[in-house]
Amino acid sequence: MPILEIKNISKAYGSHRVFDGLTLDVEEHQVVCLIGASGCGKSTLLRCINGLEPIGSGEILIHSDRVSGPGVDVNALRRDVGIVFQSYNLFPHMTVMENITLAPRKVLNQPAREAEVQARHLLERIGLGQKANVYPDSLSGGQQQRVAIVRALAMGPMIMLLDEITSALDPELVSEVLNIVRDLAADGMTMVLATHEMGFAREVATKVCFLAEGKVYEEGPPEQIFSEPQGERTQAFLKRIVAAGRL
Amino acid sequence: MTMAHEINKERPSGLFPERRAFTSGAAPRDVTGWATTAVITALVIVFAFWATLRRLYGVSLTLGVSDYVLMPAAVILSIAVLAILIPAARSVSRARAARQCVSSGDLVNARILTSAASDCAYYTFGFAALLVAVIGFAQFLVANDLAVSRTFLLIPLMWHSFPLVFKAFWLNVYIFVVAEILVLVWGLIVAIARLMPGETARPIRAMATLYTDIFRGMPAIITMYLVGFGLPLSGVPLLGNLSAETYAIIALTLTFGAYVAEVYKAGIESIHWSQVAAARSLGLSYLQTMRHIIVPQAVRRIIPPLLNDFIGLQKDTALVNVIGAIDAFNQAKIISSNNFNLSAVTVVAFIFIAITIPQARLVDRMLEKDQRRLRGG
Ligand SMILES: Nc1ncnc2c1ncn2[C@@H]1O[C@H](COP(=O)(O)OP(=O)(O)O)[C@@H](O)[C@H]1O
Ligand SMILES: [Mg+2]
Repeated sequence: MPILEIKNISKAYGSHRVFDGLTLDVEEHQVVCLIGASGCGKSTLLRCINGLEPIGSGEILIHSDRVSGPGVDVNALRRDVGIVFQSYNLFPHMTVMENITLAPRKVLNQPAREAEVQARHLLERIGLGQKANVYPDSLSGGQQQRVAIVRALAMGPMIMLLDEITSALDPELVSEVLNIVRDLAADGMTMVLATHEMGFAREVATKVCFLAEGKVYEEGPPEQIFSEPQGERTQAFLKRIVAAGRL
Repeated sequence: MTMAHEINKERPSGLFPERRAFTSGAAPRDVTGWATTAVITALVIVFAFWATLRRLYGVSLTLGVSDYVLMPAAVILSIAVLAILIPAARSVSRARAARQCVSSGDLVNARILTSAASDCAYYTFGFAALLVAVIGFAQFLVANDLAVSRTFLLIPLMWHSFPLVFKAFWLNVYIFVVAEILVLVWGLIVAIARLMPGETARPIRAMATLYTDIFRGMPAIITMYLVGFGLPLSGVPLLGNLSAETYAIIALTLTFGAYVAEVYKAGIESIHWSQVAAARSLGLSYLQTMRHIIVPQAVRRIIPPLLNDFIGLQKDTALVNVIGAIDAFNQAKIISSNNFNLSAVTVVAFIFIAITIPQARLVDRMLEKDQRRLRGG
């Protein structure tokens, strides 16, 4: 029984059709990597899953419960589904501690003390215990992105969506962020991630989905997709990736 | 050891021209012409200044100002104005030196001297423009046998009317302080109404937009008139029987609430949408996102434009005189018509200028700091 089901969804921006009957299942504890050309809709798909973007037709189910369309409590949905963005999007006027505890306090009504204890624990866990009281702009990109991950984790999500979380980072900062994702995967967090880090996708993914033509054009275990891609477009895409020295 | 990179001479990439000579290294242009013009301008200004000074001196003597004060002042000023000749002279000497450097082939120093010469010339022109304004103003004051000075700047009358006018000014202060507080709250409410998302909020958005359109379009003096005379006339319960200053506060809040709503709206919209996405994705509601994420960040950015609107509001408190409250301007008008002289009104002008200048400078400073922060990344 998949924990997340995306059934035959369509979406268009004006006349530009981003999804045209896209279907995707995610099992519990699975790490699903979305790959595909820039503009193929990876970010849009993640934003649709947690209700930041409406979908045109089709439906999205979490735990067999429909979470798309009218009447859905999006705030409840977002408690179960955390998302981390490419550009971190930390709140610049709040300290790291405030960034992390805001939503638990205001949305889950956790007492401030409890939220802080939890936040401190999470920060220690990612090696940023010293940074609780600084503002985001004094952190490196890698540190900011780690805080953004922890901010999402503080809500206790069932599923994490990661949208190219290392694309904005200097190369030497990428590994500190990927290490957290590895740890999460090892702990059994269900994750859907859009990524350009093909090596990393190959390593952590249980399933790789290549998006093209508004659909999941090809999906399978990483060895199969990266070593023997079947579809013409998958092959062409991977050839370009290899030519760019990224695989 | 470095090895020269091997270059493929036969097959250029086509990405840059094959042969290209350096164009930097030409001699600087000659600025002696500018320097000479600066000297001539400076001399003309000095003579004009002296002539004006002489006229002022004569007029002041007839007004009975003591010569012990006048003589030294006149001497000091006539010497001080010679300062304009200094940059002019420097400009000429540097321009000459630059020429010599060019002929002796020292291009680097030629460029440095040329740039210094033209800087001095521009400084002279700027100084001259300032003095032209001063001379013009002085001539205006003594024109028509001192009529201008007597009408606007009759010192004894200004001296006597100051206490009365200043006391009446407290009414203006009361009005703008209360109105500013109300405007801050009201403007935010209107701005949030204008920015409500979704289909269902359409009527609220439309209402808020209509409000800002009307009150930004209507001259404040008309709003003041309609509120101050209309409400009492219509005898609306609660609103029909208030003091003139309360009507003024209502009118100014309505007018400036519309301006300030625009300021808030621009501030809120200037916060990148990804901040909203981040907050909403954590489960915060729209209003929580506004309250904790957007408004706190927007407030920092809108303080300068907000202060600008407040300066406008403070000046517009003088409009209460259309509904008959005795504020500083009305008081001054009464004094003026009793004396057939506008000097009391000049006093009001000075008071308004005196309270707004510090705020204007504060706005400048804040904007500058913002700019620096932005440039700093
Ligand atoms: N808000 C929007 N308005 C219009 N078009 C959009 C919007 N967001 C995304 N798109 C378009 O949808 C397509 C998918 O975008 P995106 O999901 O960002 O792709 P990816 O993340 O795979 O690079 C792109 O062609 C993009 O131009
Ligand atoms: Mg993207």
